[in-house]
Amino acid sequence: MKNKSLVSITDYNRDEILRILELAAYFEANPVQTLLQGKVVATLFFEPSTRTRLSFETAINRLGGRVIGFSDANSTSASKGETLKDTIRIVSSYADLVVMRHPLEGSAKFASEQSRVPVINAGDGANQHPSQTLLDLYSIQKTQKTLDNLTISMVGDLKYGRTVHSLLMAMGHFNPTFNFIAPDELKMPNEYKRFCTKNKIKFTEKSDLNSVIDQSDILYMTRVQRERFQDPIEYEKVKNAYILRLSMLSNARPNLRVLHPLPRVNEINIDVDDSPMAYYFEQAENGVYTRMAIIASALGVI
Amino acid sequence: MKSKKELNVSALKDGTVIDHIPSRNLFKVISILDIEKSDKTISIGYNLSSNRLGSKGILKISDTFFQPEAINMIALVAPDASLNIIRDYQVVEKKTVTVPDFISGFVKCMNPKCITNHESILTKFEVVDKKSVDLKCIYCEKITDQDNIRIIHPH
Ligand SMILES: [Zn+2]
Repeated sequence: MKNKSLVSITDYNRDEILRILELAAYFEANPVQTLLQGKVVATLFFEPSTRTRLSFETAINRLGGRVIGFSDANSTSASKGETLKDTIRIVSSYADLVVMRHPLEGSAKFASEQSRVPVINAGDGANQHPSQTLLDLYSIQKTQKTLDNLTISMVGDLKYGRTVHSLLMAMGHFNPTFNFIAPDELKMPNEYKRFCTKNKIKFTEKSDLNSVIDQSDILYMTRVQRERFQDPIEYEKVKNAYILRLSMLSNARPNLRVLHPLPRVNEINIDVDDSPMAYYFEQAENGVYTRMAIIASALGVI
Repeated sequence: MKSKKELNVSALKDGTVIDHIPSRNLFKVISILDIEKSDKTISIGYNLSSNRLGSKGILKISDTFFQPEAINMIALVAPDASLNIIRDYQVVEKKTVTVPDFISGFVKCMNPKCITNHESILTKFEVVDKKSVDLKCIYCEKITDQDNIRIIHPH
């Protein structure tokens, strides 16, 4: 039997991705469900992430399931030195599904090997966060009516931003064109450019945000964090170059949508918020429906 | 030159001779074979001149024969290594090494934030490039390249 855990976005092929998005649309239209009646889902957050946890717990509640778990490692036996292996063995004997966030990379894969029930990775360090990727895909599909042949411009921290890396891999199934817009210090790593070349995916690399806006269907903004720069002067030089303002969207395609995994700091000016092109708050809402789809699918209840 | 080499090999009655190890990785091979604590006679040739490798190392380990799994692990750091199995002063078998597709244990993931470096877990790697020896950790998905391979043993 196929392990129904979702550890990495690469666990899903093109058809499985489309199936999740179809289910998410179904749950958006029918958000009150009883599919998880009598089921217990454990949300184990070894590091705090309030938004992600609330999104998952809302999804579980909307499906009619019950939640056990913790929201940070200080309140758990992990703080007393219990191994992840032992925690997972025990919790997976209580619950029907485990949703886990953990600061160490690879922890979700390891948990999925130790668990008796499916594990959904809600973020393992800087590695994977597949439910974020699927909600990004859902948001793109919903706003563009398709995932195929789109031009997606990724902006900001493309070096450390795991969301852009996973999105790049997942969009690889749908013949995209990418524009990578980043300061020199935070450029898209070579392994992802090699992935594009290998899969015949078109991409450009630029440092000027204005040069790509008018040719884009999706503008995927990310945070440029001061602590990523070795030289604070370099940060000061580039920080304003990656801020999106309403005036910059005046010649954009009407179907352009601005996405951001949130939380934002200042990379999207608040004057963009009321534009019909701003989509980042809806994107967060879409997270609940996408997670309902992931959970229902992992449990095989639909 | 040739006769000197033969003399060295023939000095071994029973055991294994491993030749064509890049000098810089000789001690990694010793570590892979886990022979640091062996009580058998071991001769180590280090920084010998080699046309092919520039500088090579040779190991001669008496009364010891290795499992194929351990032998192929040598390929990670010494892809050109050749083995001679010696019995009663005669070379009875010659072997070369091949980089495996998948590695369990032996190698430490170079990512300090990888779960395998924080909990007692058998490491597992997919060999994504056999030529340059790039190992992809199946847990954290990061690459450990040949220069950063560190050998671990479960005990
Ligand atoms: Zn690793």
